[in-house]
Amino acid sequence: MSALSVKHLIGIKYLTIDDIELIFKTTDSFKEVINRPIKKVPTLRDTTVVNLFFENSTRTRISFELAEKRLSADIVNFSASSSSVSKGETLIDTVNNILAMKVDMVVMRHPSPGAPMFLARHINASIINAGDGTHEHPTQALLDAYSIREKLGTVKGKKVCIIGDIKHSRVALSNIYCLQKLGAEVMLVGPPTLMPTYIEALGVKVEYNLKKALEWCDVANVLRIQLERQDIKYFPSLREYALYFGINKSLLDSLKKEIVIMHPGPINRGVEISSDVADSEHSIILNQVENGVAVRMATLFLLSGRKE
Amino acid sequence: MQPRIILSSEKFTFTIERLCRQLIEVHGDFSDSIIIGVQPRGILLANRIHIRLAELLKREIKYGIIDPTFYRDDFRTSDKQLTPAITEIDFQIECKKIILIDDVLFSGRTIRAAMDALLDFGRPEKVELLVMVDRRFKRQLPIHPDYIGKSIDSISSEKVKVEWKEKEGFDRIWIIPKSEIE
Repeated sequence: MSALSVKHLIGIKYLTIDDIELIFKTTDSFKEVINRPIKKVPTLRDTTVVNLFFENSTRTRISFELAEKRLSADIVNFSASSSSVSKGETLIDTVNNILAMKVDMVVMRHPSPGAPMFLARHINASIINAGDGTHEHPTQALLDAYSIREKLGTVKGKKVCIIGDIKHSRVALSNIYCLQKLGAEVMLVGPPTLMPTYIEALGVKVEYNLKKALEWCDVANVLRIQLERQDIKYFPSLREYALYFGINKSLLDSLKKEIVIMHPGPINRGVEISSDVADSEHSIILNQVENGVAVRMATLFLLSGRKE
Repeated sequence: MQPRIILSSEKFTFTIERLCRQLIEVHGDFSDSIIIGVQPRGILLANRIHIRLAELLKREIKYGIIDPTFYRDDFRTSDKQLTPAITEIDFQIECKKIILIDDVLFSGRTIRAAMDALLDFGRPEKVELLVMVDRRFKRQLPIHPDYIGKSIDSISSEKVKVEWKEKEGFDRIWIIPKSEIE
């Protein structure tokens, strides 16, 4: 397999196992590049990428921007708050106006699930979904799986639990698809109010007891409570959430084995994870961030170089 | 026309031996010299030369691998998608003499890309080029090898394939006519 089967990276759901393996193999090369004295290659010097962020982002946006810069692409940054979107312009009009200025690729974050898919039907440029509402965040899932592969040698056969606000998490859904395609077992853990109904239909285990889940898993991917997406109260207090679903050192010490701790960021220290765990040797949170740049370079490279 | 062997297994070994002796003649004990194989097929020759040089000199020779994919000029124009391979240069190349090693020199574009990739790691004192097969009169860039296993005259539509014991079971070089490639 030497080319992606898709023109856009809308979601992990649409990727084949070969696609994911190709992205990982390409990421290996870019990981070496970003650790060189000169962390830049000229491959996409003929490409212009627009980063369309209709929703706030720090890490993903910086990660994409660095990935694009290290591939020598030209970059246009766009944020909805300071644009004509606030004057009532539609998504297609906004994007078509930008594409008329000869932009080749679009990286988009949007609060509405399905927005990148909608756009893909109407424009010719390749689109990379940098998170669409509560739907998917494919590059995050790819970098998470890549980080597990890097730490444990393989993803196949590993037991991964995803802990926290599953209901509002695009990271959780993309991770489920990605990990299952790569042969891992997935367990979801969180308060029942933050667990989507019928989620078992995706072939995942559901557990409400954090200790039991941690005893079962090799890797714990801890999610942030997304208060900005919660229109009602899903649990009594953050303090109570931390008590039942927060990971702390004494809980990890009580396990009979060592597990790998991951977090897609931003971390709410003291809520879903305590500082001593986030900064411990079990944590690969900063490796995830480093791998994020390499994974995004790989997806930009593979989508840009794809032949019709 | 049928594919034909232009270098047999027996002569193949002699050629590599000669290339190693030529390298020692120029680079002495290799204290300031490094050999670097060009991905993907150049590393097979570089590996062989690395092992033989270490035997002849009775010392470890610095050896690296470089992948020119990200520096190629056919990223857009190639028929198939380019996919990268691993680069491994775990040492300083500043002020060193570098010998780039590839299996076949044709247009010179791969070597141009490999040199650009190499210069991102530092400023070597000198860069030389060693190839197993030099397809003469086919260069599209002003690049010339310093050490040549075998020079051949061929037409552009023909393909030259270097086979390796480690990969294909035999050490030999083929010239394959266009009709056989298709």
